[in-house]
Amino acid sequence: MHLIINGKDKHFDCEAFTVSALVSAMDLVGKRIAIERNGEIVPRSQFENVMLNDGDQLEIVGAVGGG
Amino acid sequence: MNDALVIAGKNYHSRLLVGTGKYKDFTETRAAIDASGAQIVTVAIRRTNIGQVANEPSLLDYLPPEEFTYLPNTAGCYSADDAVRTLRLARELLDGHNLVKLEVLGDPKTLYPNVIETLSAAKTLVKEGFDVMVYTSDDPIIAKQLEDIGCCAVMPLASLIGSGMGILNPWNLQIIIENAKIPVLVDAGVGCAADAAIAMELGCQGVLMNTAIAAAQNPVLMAGAMKKAVEAGRESYLAGRMAKKLYSASPSSPTTGMISGSN
Repeated sequence: MHLIINGKDKHFDCEAFTVSALVSAMDLVGKRIAIERNGEIVPRSQFENVMLNDGDQLEIVGAVGGG
Repeated sequence: MNDALVIAGKNYHSRLLVGTGKYKDFTETRAAIDASGAQIVTVAIRRTNIGQVANEPSLLDYLPPEEFTYLPNTAGCYSADDAVRTLRLARELLDGHNLVKLEVLGDPKTLYPNVIETLSAAKTLVKEGFDVMVYTSDDPIIAKQLEDIGCCAVMPLASLIGSGMGILNPWNLQIIIENAKIPVLVDAGVGCAADAAIAMELGCQGVLMNTAIAAAQNPVLMAGAMKKAVEAGRESYLAGRMAKKLYSASPSSPTTGMISGSN
């Protein structure tokens, strides 16, 4: 499966997985992040339920220093 | 003296809001913010560095959200759509936190705000239940329109972001303050403690700054200076200054009892 994560092409060797599985695969468990999928927010409470599709565009963000 | 800054129904004793960018490291960030006494701190929302070291420290470790009110911003956004998307992500990131700083820029060279896009984003965000503190130019008409849309605070620039040029148009700020029924805070352009004090003496409800502290030779010392300046400026404003006169025929010392006098 191909996903576009933060503007970069990523390949995963599996057919189907959830946002939750992606978060684990990317070593982001426990990190304070927010995820947007194809322009829509995926609430944290839905990470377990939302299945990703081939070609999905994801934005994964966090808080950084800024003015 | 109970003189709280009230933003979106919440009281804050500090009228100095600070950014968290441009510091040497997180330790300096924390030390400067402690010295500033700020309760509200701005943060930016950025793509997570995928593949980063799992235990790499983050800003939130140094500034726990339980201790500070986070004000996520839309710095770097040049369209209403990008700004709205960013703040929706911020709300999710911060567990439904609604207080946000909206800024939509018009030009990467000057970072001057694009007020057309700002107005459009403000409308959407207010409709979606955000408490919007909005960065804008020092145009009194736009400031009023942003208030009418339902923003909870309007934050005109003193001068351009990161310029440290101080308050270039105190007269416009005065008109904005006079017209506003919501808090007016100066955001951007403050360079030194005197600038912050002048903003408060004009009647601003608060000051937001980042570079003035972070780019000082000694950021922690400057943070303390800014805290005092904002407090002094506020008290000076509340106290009400004496009238200006070209000269005074009334000296401060008694005019009688002079050693060479006749009375």
